[in-house]
This record gives sequence, structure tokens and C-alpha cells, in this order.
Amino acid sequence: MHMINTSEILETLSMIDHQKLDVRTITMGISLLSCISEDEDKLCANIYDLITRRAENLVKVGREIERDYGVPIVNKRISVTPAALVTGAIKHPVKVARALDRAAKTAGVDFIGGYSALVQKGMTEADRRLIESIPEALATTDLVCSSVNVGSTRAGINMDAVRLMGDVVKQTAANTAASGGLGCAKLVVFCNAVEDNPFMAGAFHGPGEGDCAVSVGVSGPGVVKVALEGVKGASFDEVAETIKRTAFHITRVGQLVAREASRRLNVPFGIVDLSLAPTPAVGDSVAAILEEMGLEVCGTHGTTAALALLNDAVKKGGVMASSHVGGLSGAFIPVSEDIGMIQAAERGALSLEKLEAMTCVCSVGLDMIAIPGDTPAETVSAIIADEAAIGMVNNKTTAVRVIPAPGKVVGDSVEFGGLLGHAPVIPVRGFSAAEFIHRGGRIPAPLHSLRN
Amino acid sequence: MNEMKKAVISVLGTDKKGIIAQVSRILYENDANILDISQTIVSGLFSMILIADISSEACSFDALKTELDALGDRLGVQIRTQRSEIFEAMHQI
Repeated sequence: MHMINTSEILETLSMIDHQKLDVRTITMGISLLSCISEDEDKLCANIYDLITRRAENLVKVGREIERDYGVPIVNKRISVTPAALVTGAIKHPVKVARALDRAAKTAGVDFIGGYSALVQKGMTEADRRLIESIPEALATTDLVCSSVNVGSTRAGINMDAVRLMGDVVKQTAANTAASGGLGCAKLVVFCNAVEDNPFMAGAFHGPGEGDCAVSVGVSGPGVVKVALEGVKGASFDEVAETIKRTAFHITRVGQLVAREASRRLNVPFGIVDLSLAPTPAVGDSVAAILEEMGLEVCGTHGTTAALALLNDAVKKGGVMASSHVGGLSGAFIPVSEDIGMIQAAERGALSLEKLEAMTCVCSVGLDMIAIPGDTPAETVSAIIADEAAIGMVNNKTTAVRVIPAPGKVVGDSVEFGGLLGHAPVIPVRGFSAAEFIHRGGRIPAPLHSLRN
Repeated sequence: MNEMKKAVISVLGTDKKGIIAQVSRILYENDANILDISQTIVSGLFSMILIADISSEACSFDALKTELDALGDRLGVQIRTQRSEIFEAMHQI
């Protein structure tokens, strides 16, 4: 067998030390379907017991893997069955949110996702109760993340849900006004949500999953940026090849960690999510990769094309490195969590419209964007509808995680702290979409022939 | 298949007497067998990469790492001990 050589070892060490290579998350998905009860306290106890039992060793094993391989594993997380599927027989789903929060704290994880409802076509009473409780749930828990799927390519867009989510986002911001509307950072509105996403805030353990699985989300925008510094002025063919090669290396680390976590926890391996997830740290930015390709600033003309190439090359490189790929796989463009994106927004180079265009060609959507606090709920709904339409028509996952920052106006900045970073408040269109949003009903699923 | 378990030990810091001697003593005491060493000094900066077989029953990765971490602190150099799989995974198909 080939003995690893010094230069390969140094390359790996340099990626970890200087280019911020890390495994962003090990996420354990847990099905809550066996917990169902019509007694609220019994349901909550079942959920707490099941999660704390299954995830008992998650954080410990995460730390051991980190220690053995010398690669940082930034987050350990739990995702659960969308809570609306297990709260059908009870009146107060928010109690489940609190049980999830307690279980996450006992397990010692960073976040728990799955206070969620899947309402792309219709909404049960349980879905409605859960969605209406989201603002309270996010204001009274610390670690719970919530998501709602309002549309899909097969079902169309549930515009009643879209209207409701505008209110929910606004109310969540109001309930967490003291922290700049932080609750909204834990709330994602999806179209075509995936069932095995390990990334927050949109992680949940889909109803098509088994009892338990561990998935891993990789990271490493800094590694890609540094690799591209080595091909300055080269053609896009070479740029794409370089990104593919780098993504392969990064993903192999994710695959190793996922396999080890699965073995040590004795839980089936779910997927590796091939994502380039930035952090606010310098040298860990997706925007910086696009700028390295030759753009003066992220958001200028050419950004969409650069991102399309990046997103595709990351997937092509990553797919071969892992036995099962899934989740959101692609480049993330959360504004507040990426120093290059923050700077681009502050310079006025990055508008909501450009971000929307970028979401057509990359993973997920309008992410961690602060908008003025007085933005009407209908405008938030309309932003959600636009983004869902992009996902629906293009057969991809899209999402909206915007923060209408209470009391803030364009030019202000909102500080979320930690990995969530800070965000300059960017303008939304001042013209009303209220009448459009109040129509309600469904936007029919799109035709998938005659594609233009 | 019972594959050989390996550790990669990388040392970086200001050059001083006895770094290699002390690292290899700890490896010997922990029943680890050195497979490969490469070492250079560039303008006073000592850099060494050592690959050791840690398959022996008497050899505990955790104990070895703890001792080498402590040695690094004593010598004022960075000593990192990692399982070799991360390097193999990244660079081999």
C-alpha cells in the first residue's frame, strides 16, 4: 500500500490550520413517530427520553473523532421528525418545542431542528397549530430550529401557507426584538425541502427516513479560495477542475468522519452534504471565492455565472468522494455568515434582487438577510413566494431566512453573534404586494415539458 | 482484514536539542514502531513528520497523544498526533 508522503500530510495540515477546513456538523436524525401520544405530557416525556437516549454519546463521539483525526468538528446537532406529524392529537405543540430544547441541552448539542411542518399542498389543523406557535416556540427556547415547507415542484405553492409565514416571520422578529430578531435566524421557509439536510436552521428528519441516521455536513470555502489563488488568470476549464479536485479532498474528510461516527455510534450512515458553508471568519468566505475568480466584489455582474460554476464543480468533485451524497449539497450564500457577503452588502454591491438571481444557481436561497423592521408581513410573504417559485420551476430546493430587524432601517446593522455573524439591513421594494398575497389558494404545479 | 493502525506525528517549532530523542522515547515507551521520519530545519524552524505503527495491543492512541501533547507544552513546540486515516482518506482513492 502507498505510504502517505510528507507533502500530502503538510497539505492537509495547512488546510486545517490556515484554510479553515473543518467538518461543519455531525447531525443525528431521529424519528419521533414512535413517541406519538394524545397525552401532552406523555408525548413530551417520550420525545425527551428517546432523544436523550439515542443522542447520549453523540457529542462525546464527535469530540473523540475530532481528537483522533485532528480535524475540527464545529457543531453537533440533532434533527427530528417534523413536529407537526407527532402533535396531531394535542392542543399545545409549543410544549413539544420546550421538550426538544431540554433534550438538546441534556445531549449537549448546539442545535435541534425539526419544529417543522410540511404544508406544500395542504395544511392540517395540527400543521396550522404548530405554525402559529412558531413565534412563541422560538422566543422561549434556545436551541430549537424551525422550518416550514410551503411548496414543491410536484405540488405547487401553498399560498395560504405563504401568507401565514409572512405573519409568523414578523411575529418571530417582534418576540425576539431584544436580540435583533434573532428568532428569525432559526426559522426557514422552504420550497422542495430535503429530508436529510444536516444543516441548520432547516434540518429535519424526514418521514421517509429510518429510526436514526448520522449525516455530516462538510465545509471549506477557504480551501477552495486558496486553491484558486494558484490558477490566477487561467481559463474557466482550469478553474472548474481545480474546484472539483479540492471539493474531492474536502468531501473525503466528511466521508471519513461520517463513516467513523456511524460506526462508533452504531447508527446507520445517512449522507454527506457537499456544502461549502461559510462562517464570518476571515478566510472562510464563499464570496471570496467568487471574487478570486475575478470579480471586483461579490454581487457585481458575473456573480451568478461564477456561482453557477462553483456550485456545479463542488458537486462534481464531491460526489465521487462519498458513498451517499444528499442534503442541500452546494454553495451556501448566507449574508450575515460570510464576511465577503457582509462587505459586499455594505458596499451596496449586493441587493436582494441579485441574491435572488444567485439562488437560481446554488444551494438553498435567500439566507440570513436583514431587512427593515417595518417591512409589511405581505412583503415578507411575497419574498417567500418569489423564492418558492424559483425552487418550484427549477426543481431545486430554495429557502427564505430573512430577519425583519425590529426598529432597524436601511444602513443599520444587526449583530447576531457567533457563527450567525452580523448583517447590514438591505432595502426591499416599497411597493405593495398585499392584494396578491391575500388572494390565497394554491399556485398550481408547473408543467415539466415544453421547457423554456 | 487486520490493517495496520498508524499515527502521524507532526512537530513544528523553534529548533532545540533533543526533540527527536524525546519524541522517539515516548513512542518507544508506548510500544509504537517508527515507520518513517522526515525532518528539516529551515531558518531555525524545526519541522518533522513521523509515521508510526500503533497496532500493538500495548499501544493506546489516547495515552500516546496525551504524552506527546505534554511534551510539546514542555518543549514549547507544536506536536500534533493524528490517526493516519484522515491523510489517507484525503489523498488516496
